[in-house]
Amino acid sequence: MKLELRGITKRFGDFTANDRIDLLVEPGTVHALLGENGAGKSTLMNVLFGLYDADEGEVLLDDAPVVFTGPGDAMAAGIGMVHQHFMLVHPFTVAENVMLGHEDVRGPAKLLDLAAARRKVREISDRFNFNVDPDAVIEDLPVGAQQRVEIIKALSRDASILILDEPTAVLTPQETDELLGIVKDLRDAGTSVVLITHKLREVKAVADTITVIRRGKVVGTAEPSASQEELASLMVGRAVTMRVDKAPATPGETMLQVDGLTVVDDAQVVQLDGVSFDVKAGEILAIAGVQGNGQTELTEALLGVVGTDAGTATLDGELITGRSIKDVLFSGIGFVPEDRTEDGIVATMTIANNLMLDTHDKAPYAKGFALQPKAIADEARKHVEQFDVRATSIEQTAGSLSGGNQQKVVLARELSRPLKLLIASNPTRGLDVGSIEFVHKRIVAERDAGAAVIIVSAELDEVVALADRIAVMYHGRIVGIVPPDTDRDTLGLMMAGAHQEEAA
Amino acid sequence: MTATVADAAPAASTAPVAAKTWRSTIALAVIAVLSLVIFGLGTGSGSTTTFVVARGTDFVHLPDFTVPSRVAAIVLSLVGLALAGWTGYRANQRRKVGLWLPIVYGMAIMGALLTWAGAGRDATSIQLTGLLTSSLFLAVPLVFGALAGTLCERSGIVNIAIEGQLLAGAFLAALVGSIAGNAYVGLIAAPIAGALVGLVLAIFATKYWVNQIVVGVVLNMLIVGLTSFFFSTVMTENGDLNQPLGMAKLPIPLLSKIPVLGPVLFNQNLLVYLLYVAVAVMQVMLFRSRWGLRVRAVGEHPKAADTVGINVNRTRVRNTVLGGAIAGLGGAFFTVASGLAFGKEMTAGKGYIALAAMILGRWSPRGALAAALLFGFADALRAQLGAIGSPIPSQFLAMTPYLATIFAVAGLVGHSRPPAAEGVPYKK
Repeated sequence: MKLELRGITKRFGDFTANDRIDLLVEPGTVHALLGENGAGKSTLMNVLFGLYDADEGEVLLDDAPVVFTGPGDAMAAGIGMVHQHFMLVHPFTVAENVMLGHEDVRGPAKLLDLAAARRKVREISDRFNFNVDPDAVIEDLPVGAQQRVEIIKALSRDASILILDEPTAVLTPQETDELLGIVKDLRDAGTSVVLITHKLREVKAVADTITVIRRGKVVGTAEPSASQEELASLMVGRAVTMRVDKAPATPGETMLQVDGLTVVDDAQVVQLDGVSFDVKAGEILAIAGVQGNGQTELTEALLGVVGTDAGTATLDGELITGRSIKDVLFSGIGFVPEDRTEDGIVATMTIANNLMLDTHDKAPYAKGFALQPKAIADEARKHVEQFDVRATSIEQTAGSLSGGNQQKVVLARELSRPLKLLIASNPTRGLDVGSIEFVHKRIVAERDAGAAVIIVSAELDEVVALADRIAVMYHGRIVGIVPPDTDRDTLGLMMAGAHQEEAA
Repeated sequence: MTATVADAAPAASTAPVAAKTWRSTIALAVIAVLSLVIFGLGTGSGSTTTFVVARGTDFVHLPDFTVPSRVAAIVLSLVGLALAGWTGYRANQRRKVGLWLPIVYGMAIMGALLTWAGAGRDATSIQLTGLLTSSLFLAVPLVFGALAGTLCERSGIVNIAIEGQLLAGAFLAALVGSIAGNAYVGLIAAPIAGALVGLVLAIFATKYWVNQIVVGVVLNMLIVGLTSFFFSTVMTENGDLNQPLGMAKLPIPLLSKIPVLGPVLFNQNLLVYLLYVAVAVMQVMLFRSRWGLRVRAVGEHPKAADTVGINVNRTRVRNTVLGGAIAGLGGAFFTVASGLAFGKEMTAGKGYIALAAMILGRWSPRGALAAALLFGFADALRAQLGAIGSPIPSQFLAMTPYLATIFAVAGLVGHSRPPAAEGVPYKK
């Protein structure tokens, strides 16, 4: 089926998310929609899928205009979508999720025909080698398998156009390769695929046609043969370097020493299982791993946000486990949390107040019981300038800033104390390329100033670019610590739990 | 090779190892030991307890049985202790125990309690059948209320207004029944009152996104005010509008002749039979039917339901109205089904107990029934112990079943998880 979008415009208040976008997806092709986070790719697809109403423009299927008032219409017309956040009901089985909304039923009470649903899942799963058990419960499945369930869901509704929204964000490198294989298989079986992504490697690997979107507008199309640099500059709007410039590390004394750190959560699940490692001054240790393998618990345990059940951590010879968070912070730790809007800033407070959350009770911000508004404003202005926070004023609420500027506020606050150790969790998640460069530079600068740095990142590119050493975590353990020039396949296998020797 | 490793790989959020937990074992053991000391060793050695299991009207007359109190209470407590030990053994293997265990455990400890309470009273005896009959009867409004709550919360609407729906049902049943001079007409009117309350809740929750707990509480107060007003004005001035009506017991042929359980289960009035039907139908529909699958999807992940073409808010409104109707029907228990006239605030907090039964029953009709029966039993026990005059203040005795419930459920049934989207308005 041929899909065409003509002049699609979608506004949210004053903000134009999609500005007269034209798109043509030929039958049986893989069409990549390339753009940075916030460029308007997902909005466009939500318009197409009937989740949003377009303000202007029309959608044509096989040259006939169609109007979708809801996702049900889009699906009936043969469009399937795999959302970035999966639309799966967690306590349900695979078969129940696949049948939901178009169930096979028996009898006047419309009782579910689970056998038919299972058959359907098995049939599609076998056809594309998905290896999915129809009776598995979603919440027990790894993310990659959940994604395949989403694809089965779309295919079971006879989708001839499949939209994949940032499908590789949550996958290991191996799972990504598998998915790209699946995309090719689908195309060969006659399904058109629209691949929404900001990852150039994937685009080059599978796309037949590339449309680049920037700030809600189509800025060009490209052939998959274009180089990564060309695609990146089209996407960002200026020339970008794909590397982080940094000098070789000059590690000093051991700064952080972690021994057998163990965290058991409220549900009695061991999240961190006897982790030991060290980080030296002037060195970046990057922690790689698929999300949810204990990285969050590790960083939070070091800061003291979650309690530890065994093991110790010492900073510069001083014990930091079992002490108050405030103690730990002021013993020289900077902490950039993984969820910036939840844990990094107080969204409803001003930039100035966010910048002094940690030191509000100390000079120059406070004298006795009283805050010092002038000192607060002066310091805030200084920070905003230093960290290039793009804001109308320091009295603007932090929540109204873009992701990149919010992260700069967090960095400005955390780097304002003298640091022995900087812990940054996914410091560039959801940021545009410009902000990413900035954040990376500041992190490297902190290393060069002699701090030990721990970076947690789900993006292998980021890990490789920043790390002086890479620790790979799997199931709450460190599988191995390897040099940054280790090849991606080895890292990928380690992220899947294979030990270094087996992987290499 | 690559493929296989990646498949096994990112068990990301799932549990690597379940740690051992001894909480439930310890709780069960402590209660069993207390039971052994107080009920077992605390009973005089020579005394006996008489249990009456049949009534004169029964088809098959079972003899009463008398047991030596001390020995019986000790044996029952030891059974409880053994079950605690079994729990510990399973915990050591990191395995769960079945649902049978808390039930058997509860029966053993309750048995010990009853034996002790009835010890050495030659003139009085423990009326087992009577106890069970009134347990079921007292559980009726709780079951209907808990079913209503389950229906609403499975679709994602928190229904605190069960209390108000019961009261509205009780009121309208009495009013309409009195006007018609027929209890059954009142029974038909009751669900309408509950459904109206449910409709108001649904509209505020889905259209105006008002906090559902606040709306529920306000509705409860509103219904108390309204019914009290009409009670003290219209109904008091005109007694014909508020008559005590009753519904006849309808013994089911053959089934009602079964010893002990026959009269308990199958010699009841129409409302109780409706209850059996409601529990069975809802259990099947909620977990086996297309309707149930969609309702549960809406309560767990409304956006996922929306993306496959299910109308989230319509589902929620329908369920809340239907739930209100079921609670309203349960309200008929207080007036027409019990042969009483309407009285101010006569539901006396049963709606909130029903809410607890729903949670205890883990949002399933079957579980709601079991939990409501437990609470009904507690109520009946208090009445029975009060009647025979026990050595401990009745208030403390009445607490025992609740305590046992909390420990058994917290320890054994385990973590119960409400529908994920409960109480969260669905905004596009």
